[in-house]
This record gives sequence, structure tokens and C-alpha cells, in this order.
Amino acid sequence: MLEVQVSGSLRTAVSGAASIKVEAATIRELMNYLIAHYPAMQSRIDEGVAVSINGNIFRDNWSETIPEDAEVFLMPRLAGG
Amino acid sequence: MAEAFDTSYTDQEFKVIGSRERRPDGLDKVTGRARYGADATAPGQLVGLILRSPHAHAKIKKIDTSKAEKLPGVKAVLTSADLPDLTNGNRGNFDILENCMARDRALYDGHAVAAVAAIDMETAKQALKLIKVTYKKLPHVTDVDEAMKDGAPIVHPHIKAADDQSKSTNLVNASTFGHGDTEAGFEQADFIVEESFKTEQTHQGYIEPHACLATVGADGQGELWVTTQGHFTFRSVCADLLGMDIAKLKVTSSEIGGGFGGKTHVWIEPVALALSRKTNLPVKMTMTRDEVFRATGPTASTSMDIKIGATKDGRITAATAHIRYQDGAFPGIWGMLGAMTAFACYDLENVQAVGYDVLVNRPKVAAYRAPSAPMAAFGVESCMDLMAEKVGMTPVDFRLKNAAKEGTKASYGPTYGPIGIGATLEAVKNHPHMRARLGKNQGRGMACGFWFNFGGQTCVDLNISTDGTVNLTVGTVDVGGARASMGMIAAEELGIPYEDIKVTVGDTNSLGHNDTTEGSRGTFSSGMATIFAARNAVEELRARAAQTWDIPLEDVGWEDGQAMPLGVKHNNLHPLSLKEIAKASPRTGGPIAGHNEVVADGAGVSFASHICDVEVDPETGSTKILRYTVVQDAGKAINPDYVEGQMQGAAAQGIGWALNEEYIYGADGRLENPGFLDYRIPVCSDLPMIDTQILEIPNPNHPYGIRGVGETSIVPPLAAIASAVSNAVGVRMTHTPMSPPRILKAVNEAKT
Repeated sequence: MLEVQVSGSLRTAVSGAASIKVEAATIRELMNYLIAHYPAMQSRIDEGVAVSINGNIFRDNWSETIPEDAEVFLMPRLAGG
Repeated sequence: MAEAFDTSYTDQEFKVIGSRERRPDGLDKVTGRARYGADATAPGQLVGLILRSPHAHAKIKKIDTSKAEKLPGVKAVLTSADLPDLTNGNRGNFDILENCMARDRALYDGHAVAAVAAIDMETAKQALKLIKVTYKKLPHVTDVDEAMKDGAPIVHPHIKAADDQSKSTNLVNASTFGHGDTEAGFEQADFIVEESFKTEQTHQGYIEPHACLATVGADGQGELWVTTQGHFTFRSVCADLLGMDIAKLKVTSSEIGGGFGGKTHVWIEPVALALSRKTNLPVKMTMTRDEVFRATGPTASTSMDIKIGATKDGRITAATAHIRYQDGAFPGIWGMLGAMTAFACYDLENVQAVGYDVLVNRPKVAAYRAPSAPMAAFGVESCMDLMAEKVGMTPVDFRLKNAAKEGTKASYGPTYGPIGIGATLEAVKNHPHMRARLGKNQGRGMACGFWFNFGGQTCVDLNISTDGTVNLTVGTVDVGGARASMGMIAAEELGIPYEDIKVTVGDTNSLGHNDTTEGSRGTFSSGMATIFAARNAVEELRARAAQTWDIPLEDVGWEDGQAMPLGVKHNNLHPLSLKEIAKASPRTGGPIAGHNEVVADGAGVSFASHICDVEVDPETGSTKILRYTVVQDAGKAINPDYVEGQMQGAAAQGIGWALNEEYIYGADGRLENPGFLDYRIPVCSDLPMIDTQILEIPNPNHPYGIRGVGETSIVPPLAAIASAVSNAVGVRMTHTPMSPPRILKAVNEAKT
């Protein structure tokens, strides 16, 4: 069971929780879990989210595997100039 | 599915990487042959112009276009009625549509309200004058703090307060990041520093205005030539807004005369395409400088409160920031980014940063080089200096004591891998600049900065010609010398001279989707895809050699641009060069190519530390930059010339932001200085030679160790210069730009 930290404005989509327990081995499984358990996440995922796994930020690669003991942060998709 | 390559850093020996090859676009640019956004023409093209709101906030009661439509030479007049809402509930896309053409209300001075296409410029200008818009002026707000007050004019009534859905608000989002217990942390502190800061709105100041040539035929096929940082993104957005099929809109990126984030968004392009669709003729649009200032996307102005607590021995016990970003008339993520970056340089047990995104009646804010980070750093780094003074440490030593390192939990959440903030600070501490003597009215400042860097979707093609020269086609727009870097990477992998590689930025029909060149991703992402495309081509080259020699593939190696027969049993065979294999290719299986598509994630974060010396004229308040040094962790520098260029350019923009640049709005909510005479960016004579020191701390997630480079060094200058000016005049400066009147005012107030 992963503990996923939820950052900033995304917390409103998970009932205000700072962290949630998730059964997922990849980013895709994490997204599917979030949509199934927190319907408000659907629109936030459509707008774009990013996942930090052990300090590396992934914006698009949903096939990325998540190690069991990984530090995972869910954050809004970031933009640069 | 394409073969997955290992993206891990390998510490390989380089032969081409690290040299200072010349950029392939240089000759075209210095001889005037390079074609920018306004340099395309088409037979029968029309001139497109936009009518813009003269009001900061107004209801559009009626638009009468009848007289304009009857003017000879006018081929089309367009209003929001010609741009139906096809966004299917996607609020983000609807905001883009409404920004491109106002619907029932004009939301800022310069907001587009109508457009014309005519046979020439004079006719188009005359037509604009014949369009009669009936406005009802509404109350407006342009200041971020005023916009947050109860009773402030509301920019978008549909946006409701988080705690009261019956109440409209300008506060779009409050994003909180941090960890620990800041209250307990402040109680442990021996010293507290608490200060408020403001930064004014600035523009990216790219020299080339937005320009495009749009062609849409009766069959629904379209073409767009445009100056942009992301032609694939422009294609998707324009197709979505106009109900076109993505594959039927071909977008070609011109050479780009600066973007810095401002050309990651569409402004005139959907309007040009809509005018062309209405007339079935090509439509060319070029913004004036006045339009660029009033109606594209500058960065946010901010207002912030920073608090830091520390013990006598210089250890920070707690830090908080509340930073209010004005997003212009449409919601953005700028407050969130500011909150994430504010304390990213430091190892803090108790930290909280809150970023507020606030709407005002100003143009929609766009990304500007490390968006939001410079303002947050201005406040935080200024307080770091104030605290260093309180605890009796030098600014560098105080930062070194609190610097983040591998294993630090970043203030925005994740734990850092190998990072370079400590190394940049050590380099600053040991730099001769820090020991140079200062004279009267002179001051020195230093500051740190952080930026994330991003990767993203990327696709490249590499084709080997029969003479052994190579075409490399990339899909990321070259904003700072990336074609040279990509050519060098291909040369390194193939083992051939750099001069044998021709790099082109392909149009949207040539490649799969490429994300926009933003987030310092160009060299990181396309570099990764180029490595893998070249390795695919080498596999094919080896296969052709194996076929030629009639030996197994595993008996063929690749070294220095040649296929090598491996093993004693093949020592009768001579190596085959890439040129020889390419020449024979028509008879060994046809064209030889390599291709790669990749989602290049894992871009490494980057840090910079800057040193600045200034002299302030006590009579005029004018500031001269005497000396400036940039130290940045850049990962592997593919071409040091262009890495240094990015570091110098970012510092130069930061100097302008710190000292001169400012959007000035009148009480009527109109922009008063939409031109380079009154909005002053630094020119060469304002700047010293900006010294650079590249630190190459490899990114573990890239085969060559590449990190992003382009943005990080715009983050420290505001704070570094503020500290230098403050040290020169003896008064802490808390408001940028530190223009002469603002410096004199601060000095005079301190005397009274």
C-alpha cells in the first residue's frame, strides 16, 4: 500500500486529505485508483497532474513504475517558460 | 511499442560534447536571411487587424460592423459571434477563446473585441475605425491587494469563494506547501525577521512581436506559419477552438526572436485562422509593440509577506511565506509555482508557503522564464540577508549552513537526489569577485535561485543520406542554440563530424507530437530522443555491415563512425565507415534511418547563485551594475557557449526586472507605457560583461547527465541586486523595480 502525499490545491479533490493510501504499482494504476475513489479527481487529472516518485517529477509517463516503499507526491501539472 | 532505452546517466567519455561548435542558424540570422513570424507571404494574402478595448472593464452592449463590412477592400469582419464555444465544458480552453476575443465583457485594456481582414493595411485600419462598439464601463481593479478586498470589482462572477459558494471572488486558488510545525519552529528562534515586499509587472520583452500567416481552404485544410515556442501545442489548441481536425492543420514554426514563455500561449493565431476560414484567403497578422504590451501575457505583479526564524548559531528554525500573484483576467497557476519554489534552496524542518492566484483587470499572465520563482526569491533571499546580519554571519555562510542537499525534504514535498545548491554557494564563496574591493556609494549582494526543469513528449527523426551526411529533424523549437546541441549529440553517437549533420525543426506534419519548448526542456528532451534515434540508426548501420560481410550481427561493433568486425575469425575484414555503408544502402535494404519517440521525464532540478556589485548615484538614485557573476549547476554542458549565453541572458533580464521594468497603470485602468521608450529593458550599454561559471553536476536521469539550463538564472537577480543596492544606500529595498525615484524615496523616508 503506497502512501501518496497530496500537494496544494489538489487536496480539495480528495476531501482535504494531506495523504491517502493507494494500491498501485504504476502511475496509471494510481490515476485509475484516484478516479475510482475520488470522482472529483477526474477533472483535475484532465487539467493535468504530475507525480513525484522519489524526488523525480513525472508529468506524462503513466507507465512509470512506483516502487513499494517510494516517496510519492501528487501535484498539479507544472509549467515553465 | 518502441524499444525502451535506459535513460540512466552513464558517465561516458565524449569526443564532441563539451566543445563550442557554431550554431547552424547563425549565418542566416546575421545576414538577414532567417525567416521570422512576419517574413512569410502568400499569393492574395489579406492583412488582419484587431480592434481592442480602450476600457479596463466594460460590458459590450453592441458591436455594429455594418459600415466596416461595406468598405471596399474589406473581406471579413469578425466578432465573438464567429467563434462559437466548441470547448465542450473545458473551462481552460474557454478562457483561451475568451481571451482571444472578448464575448460579453472586455476584461482589460487591450482585450480584443473585433477583427478585420482587408486587402491592405490602410483599408484594414480604416475598417477598424468604422466598427462601432457600444460599451458600458464597469468598475475595475488592477492591484493584487485591492483585488482581494471585500467589495472589489469582480473579474469573473462565476468564480466562487472556496468557503462560500454564494459569493464571487477574485481569489482563484490558495496553494499551500510545506511541512513541520512553523509555530513551534518560530518559538525556538532567537531571532525573527519579518518583512513585506512588492514586485511590479514585467514583460518578457522579446524583440520579435507575435506574427503569423494563416491559410484555411474551403476543404477545411489549414496551414499556419507562426512564431511560437510550441507549434504542436498551437496546432492542438487552435484546432480545438475552431473545430478543426488536428491532422488537417499544419503548423510551421518560424525562427523565433525571443519567447521566454510568452510564446507558449496563443493570442492572435485562432483569430487569423478564423478570418482565413471566413474569406478562404491567406491572412497575415503582425502585432504592434503596443499590442504586445497590452494584449499578450506579461508576468505577474506580486505582494508578499515573508517570515524567517533562526537560532544564534545561524540555523533556521522556521520559515513562512504568503505570496499574492495577480494572474491578470484569467486563472493561472502562478501563485502555486511561487509557493513551491520560495524555499526550495533550503533544508528546513518547519516551513510553509502559501501562494494566492488573484484575478485583476490586466492582460492574462503568461509564463516568463522560471515563472513565479524570481518574485518569491526576491522576498525570501532578501530576508535571508537580513537574518544573516542578525546572526552575525556572511550571507554566503548563512546560506551554506542552511542549504538543501541530497536527502533534504524539499519545501514543496519530494526528497532531493544529488543537487548543486551547496556547490554553487561554495563556488561563490571562493570566487575572486567576492574579494574585490568596493568604493564609495557601491554595494555588493548575492542570492540563490531554484527551478524545477521539465521534460515531456518528444519525437525526432534521423535520416542518413547516401553520401553519409545526416538530416536530423526535431520537434522542439530552437530558442537558444538547441540545433547546435542536437547536431553535436547526433555526431557524438554516430561518430561523424558535426559539420555532416543538418538539423531542422520539423513542422507538425513531419513528426509526432512534441510538447512546447518550455520548462528548460529542449536540450534535455530532444537530446534524449536524438541519442536514442541515433542508436537506432547505428543498429541499422551494423545490420547493413553484417549483410555486406555476410557475418552475424553480433559480430559487428560500432566505433568512431565505423562498423568493426569483431573477433579473430573476421580479421580479414576491413572496417566499413558510415559513408561507405550509406553509399551502398540502396543495394542493402534502402534508406537508413533512426527514429525515437519518448516521454522524457526525470529532468533534474537546477540551482544558481549570483554575485552583483552596483554603484548608486546618491543625487539621482540611478543604479549602475559594476560587476555580475553567475554560478549555475547546469548538468552536462553540451555546448558551453550556449549554456553561458542562457545564464547571461537570464541575468540580463533579471537586471532589467530589478532596476527598470514596470507596467504602469493609470487610475482609469489603462496601461500608460506600452512601448520600449517608456518601458525600458536593459541594452548592452547598461550591462557589464556577465561572468559565468558552469558547474556540471550530472542529472542521474539522462544518459549524458543533462539538466535544464535556460530558466534558473533569472531567479536570483532581483534579490542579489536588491541586496547590493541596499548595501550601497544603507536602506533595505523591498519594492522592484528599484528605479531612481523609488530609491530616492526610500532613502529620503529613512532619513525622516
